[in-house]
Amino acid sequence: MDVLQLVISGLANGCVYGLIALGFVMIYKATEAVNFAQGDFMMFGAFITIWLTNTDFVGLPFWLSVILAILIMGVFGYLMERIIIRRMFGQSQIAVVILTIAIGFILRFLAGAIWGHDPLSLESPFAGKEVRFGGLVLGADEVAIILVTLLLTGSLFVFFAKTKLGLAMQAASQNQLAAYYMGIPVKRVHGLIWGLSGMVSAIAGILFAAKGAIDPSAGLLGIKAFAAAVIGGFGSLPGVLIGGLIIGLTEPFASRYIAAGYSQIAPYTILLLVLVFRPAGLFAQMQKKKV
Amino acid sequence: MAQKPVLDVKNLESYYGPIMAIRGVSLEVRKGQLVTVLGANGAGKTTLLKSISGVMVPQKGTIKVYGEDLTGAEPDVIVRKGLVHVPEGREIFPLMTVEENIAMGAYVRTNKTEIAQDREMVFSYFPILAERRNQQAGTLSGGQQQMLAIGRGLMAKPELMLLDEPSLGLSPLLVEEIFTIISRLNKEQGVTMMLVEQNARVALSVADYGYVMEIGRIVMADTSANLAASEDIQEFYLGVKEETQRDQRRWKKRKTWR
Ligand SMILES: Nc1ncnc2c1ncn2[C@@H]1O[C@H](COP(=O)(O)OP(=O)(O)OP(=O)(O)O)[C@@H](O)[C@H]1O
Ligand SMILES: [Mg+2]
Repeated sequence: MDVLQLVISGLANGCVYGLIALGFVMIYKATEAVNFAQGDFMMFGAFITIWLTNTDFVGLPFWLSVILAILIMGVFGYLMERIIIRRMFGQSQIAVVILTIAIGFILRFLAGAIWGHDPLSLESPFAGKEVRFGGLVLGADEVAIILVTLLLTGSLFVFFAKTKLGLAMQAASQNQLAAYYMGIPVKRVHGLIWGLSGMVSAIAGILFAAKGAIDPSAGLLGIKAFAAAVIGGFGSLPGVLIGGLIIGLTEPFASRYIAAGYSQIAPYTILLLVLVFRPAGLFAQMQKKKV
Repeated sequence: MAQKPVLDVKNLESYYGPIMAIRGVSLEVRKGQLVTVLGANGAGKTTLLKSISGVMVPQKGTIKVYGEDLTGAEPDVIVRKGLVHVPEGREIFPLMTVEENIAMGAYVRTNKTEIAQDREMVFSYFPILAERRNQQAGTLSGGQQQMLAIGRGLMAKPELMLLDEPSLGLSPLLVEEIFTIISRLNKEQGVTMMLVEQNARVALSVADYGYVMEIGRIVMADTSANLAASEDIQEFYLGVKEETQRDQRRWKKRKTWR
């Protein structure tokens, strides 16, 4: 029973890492940039939702706030590409990385300046509720997180595999020049990918804040999500989600069974092992190289 | 009064930084024509096509499609106006299936029934693509990838297809096969084409009209028959030596996305 509790809470954390990692991977695949502010996008999305719905602030209905926050972060991601990242075209990848790290700092500073540095909780309909399956008692927040994550990953998978825009995004990431030749508006597609990953990170933030308090430094867990993305091979969406779950599951068990002080390094140990033994990630897409 | 040409290029100049790659090119392509542009390595053929299809912005000159000035327009606008560029070195989407690649060719179109009809048309010209429709495009052979690139370009239902060296890296037999299909597409489907080639013999055998390019300039323009008969062409482009060196010419650096 106790172990099951650890598993569920590990999975729930892992889902949040997995969703942030999805944001990393979508942007990386499409544009070859890594957005190190992804974790801070998550944090900012959470704070916007808290601000919109908590009775101390605006006090809008929960679901309306959720939708608004997702849209706001979508527009935010899109504009960030339009206004800032696009100007970096032709610069080295390192320049973009440093820029996104700086944007992360700015978001953390802004959130602290607007909402303070004390942890806040999201007033959600799941808080404190329980779900019973047979003899099990599970937190409604954790069940919701797992369901939402599965649903979202599944929808993204279908979106990329079946819809015209999703296929065009894949095409632009596999061969940008050919995408231009086919009339795919590559720049707009890049903007939309940033928008989409802003929306996904907002959802990750809402889920994170629904299961506990959040403060402006929460975005730093983006590092763990980055580890999840690497473990997942920085490629397939389900692989990345599994990478997140692996990290998420490791943590509660490590803190339970490994001496305090060492347990926190467990996720990074896994990252190191993966990098050494499977540098392309555990779930790298195989590609037959042309001779 | 004749219809306006599909493509009318005047005094085009394009640079790579300080390097002037296109030095004042003028040419036109009329509806239904198969026009070839011949030139040796580095003559600027690819650069010319890139400037026309909008992935490069020319410094000077104009590009008109049916009289409408499209100089410097975005590539997706150019495709919507009916110009599709089938690039050199094939440039397919390697991790997508053959069918998905073909679907991307129709990105700018919306009429599903017409798209489905055109897909069948492409499959009838390239039966191997129908057979391999679910195969990952990156695993196709070079010749099949070239067919896919042409088929994908056809899916845009172009007013003018810009073909960059379809013979590149293919065996002489496959070159014959592909050029027969190119010629049939021009005659049977009425696809207007501008064919850039180094393989002058095969290009002149299918083209109506030809231009010869040297270091960024057009140095000759005539009907294919006259060009094939001209001494200069015979000496410099139809020489027997060129044929053997073509096959393993070079590797293009391709961006891979992992
Ligand atoms: N990206 C680039 N940067 C600088 N110079 C370039 C670039 N691409 C091409 N060039 C130069 O421009 C000139 C024309 O090149 P282009 O690729 O248009 O030739 P081409 O006629 O297509 O040759 P090929 O038959 O080998 O494909 C060459 O001198 C080439 O070195
Ligand atoms: Mg070329």
